[in-house]
Amino acid sequence: MLEVKDLHVTVDGSEILKGLNLTVNPGEVHALMGPNGAGKSTLSAVIAGKDGYEVTSGEVLFEGKNLLEMEIEERALAGILLGFQYPVEIPGVKNIYLLKAALNAQRVARGEEEIPAPEFMKLVREQLSFMKMDGSFLQRAVNEGFSGGEKKRNEILQMLVLQPKLAMLDEIDSGLDIDAMKVVAEGINSLRNADRAILMVTHYQRLLEHIVPDRVHVLVDGRIAKSGGKELAHELEARGYEWVLEESAA
Amino acid sequence: MSAAHAFLQRLGERADDEPTWVAARRQAGAARFEALGFPTKRDEAWKYTDVRRIAEGEFTLADDAELDEARFAALGMPLDAHRLVFVDGVFSAALSDLTDLPEGVSVEPLTTAMRTNHEAIGGAIGRLAGVDFSPFTALNVALSEEGAVVRIGQGVVVEKPIYVVFASRANESARMSHPRVLVMAGARSQSTVVEHYAGEAGAANFTNVVSEVMLERGAIVDHYKLQEASSEDLHVASIHVEQGRDSRFTSFNLNLGGALVRTDLVTDLNAQGAETNYNGLFFVQGRQHVDNHTLVNHNAPNTFSNENYKGILNDRARGVFNGKVIVKRDSQQIEAYQNNANLLLSDRAEIDTKPELEIYADDVKCSHGATTGQLDEEAVFALRTRGIDEQMARGLLTLAFAGEVMDQVRLPIIAERVERAVAGKLPERFNLADLVEVSDALEEA
Ligand SMILES: Nc1ncnc2c1ncn2[C@@H]1O[C@H](COP(=O)(O)OP(=O)(O)O)[C@@H](O)[C@H]1O
Ligand SMILES: [Mg+2]
Repeated sequence: MLEVKDLHVTVDGSEILKGLNLTVNPGEVHALMGPNGAGKSTLSAVIAGKDGYEVTSGEVLFEGKNLLEMEIEERALAGILLGFQYPVEIPGVKNIYLLKAALNAQRVARGEEEIPAPEFMKLVREQLSFMKMDGSFLQRAVNEGFSGGEKKRNEILQMLVLQPKLAMLDEIDSGLDIDAMKVVAEGINSLRNADRAILMVTHYQRLLEHIVPDRVHVLVDGRIAKSGGKELAHELEARGYEWVLEESAA
Repeated sequence: MSAAHAFLQRLGERADDEPTWVAARRQAGAARFEALGFPTKRDEAWKYTDVRRIAEGEFTLADDAELDEARFAALGMPLDAHRLVFVDGVFSAALSDLTDLPEGVSVEPLTTAMRTNHEAIGGAIGRLAGVDFSPFTALNVALSEEGAVVRIGQGVVVEKPIYVVFASRANESARMSHPRVLVMAGARSQSTVVEHYAGEAGAANFTNVVSEVMLERGAIVDHYKLQEASSEDLHVASIHVEQGRDSRFTSFNLNLGGALVRTDLVTDLNAQGAETNYNGLFFVQGRQHVDNHTLVNHNAPNTFSNENYKGILNDRARGVFNGKVIVKRDSQQIEAYQNNANLLLSDRAEIDTKPELEIYADDVKCSHGATTGQLDEEAVFALRTRGIDEQMARGLLTLAFAGEVMDQVRLPIIAERVERAVAGKLPERFNLADLVEVSDALEEA
């Protein structure tokens, strides 16, 4: 579904991703771990199509298509959804406006009718209660004045409404207390099926107890230094990242 | 021969069946106007606004108010209101609806009010806006014939808005009108007055209106000025407000149309406890020019003012905001807040913004800020990552920018209408009506 091949990315003249390879297949959940500054958020920015990230070589394919040539919104319409590490506050744009505009953009892109208002409300309310979010969220401006945890829940709510094929969630667990973590994890798990893939960036084993990954990768200094099964996450939790660095240097 | 003199000359002879005191006022207005002349860019208050298009225009006064229901329906709002309609300045009884006015409230055309009650009306009109305020108020006095007079008795709460429509027709030759609006709000009364300037496509008329709003002790008035003139219309307005003790005035100055638009809004807070709120929004495109000059005079201690003006400018449009607050000596315990934010959607749009504070007292809480910027690109990006195309993302954010002012609007029809106009640049499939519907359904649930 997602193939990242020998990806080199430069930001402000310095190379951040230095030959990254990663393949995610439908039905799989991958965890991307690694120390601060390794380039995890850079990878998600490149997949999203953010300005300022220069791809100097390599490619990114989504369902066989060259992702890097697609507009930002086209990527979303193709079925990719990014959950941001730092979700942006959008004063004045109500959550309900964003959700409806986004959902309709997808439906129109698929050649479907726009969703009728009552049906939309029903759908949104279901997801809202699943995420244990109050109805008033919908009338509030996107992320404005939200706590860290509320912002993360809101990212998941968008994901549940939009039902992407590939969700890439960047540190969705940071800033969450235990209860919120459970809710967020349930939200993510509910999306798992044989056709979808999830790529989670995280520092902690904690999230992976709730969402058991198929593959775990360690990103160090712009490259995947090690990949393994879910037990790798335990090992990282116990031993830190140093040994991976040493092992890959050796 | 001055431009002002020539302007009046072009009108030719006027009917002289008016009472002598009306004729005398008129002459005083004309004399003052000729003495002042049209403002030029050398006048500080008109530095950025060139009125030559008005001075050189050939306008005549309309003498009919013909406008059929269909044409009117295309201009007016379906507001459940007490309605007074003027067509190119001429009163239209046919389009007005004053059937169920509550007791203690009168809403009349100026000519009628003058006939039946000329002592009270004659004494009030011009008290706040005489011939000296600006050349245009002088010109208005010289040429005004009609207008709206609203009187609300003590303690009367008027449930429905009082809706005054000034329709500007697409005429064969350009018309001008110089209407007056007089609102006398009795003690502890509550009312909403809407002045709606609506122009047919292709209308190229000149409107020069003067409004006076007098609030007695404890009165509450919401005042809307919704300006939707055509893209060729020329529009000059001044609104003068006088507030008694514990009164509350809230202004919504919403400008969407017009080629050249100038609005002055002046409030005198004359007794303690008086509060004035200025909400302004303009959205201009093409080569539209909108100039807002606001003034709050804190003439008494313990008075409050709060101002929030927002401008959205596209293409080569030009905006001016000048907001002045004067706190008189011995006016202690004042709060005066002012904010002006402008959004430039194109590099060729231009805004001149100037807050002016003159504070001659020391116990004053005062703040002001002016910002001019573009849309937040991070937010555009965030919306696009959700599949919302760039144009729509920019539209949503523009709407959001206006939202802060529009959220204060208490008449949903107006809020929706303005939102729609602002969203006018959104792709068609962005169904705003549907969104508003969803939003309303949510509020009801
Ligand atoms: N917009 C940017 N401008 C400059 N440097 C950046 C930018 N984004 C990331 N970097 C740098 O790139 C490196 C990788 O950052 P990031 O991808 O955020 O790491 P991670 O998410 O793994 O913690 C860091 O050294 C960071 O300082
Ligand atoms: Mg990061």
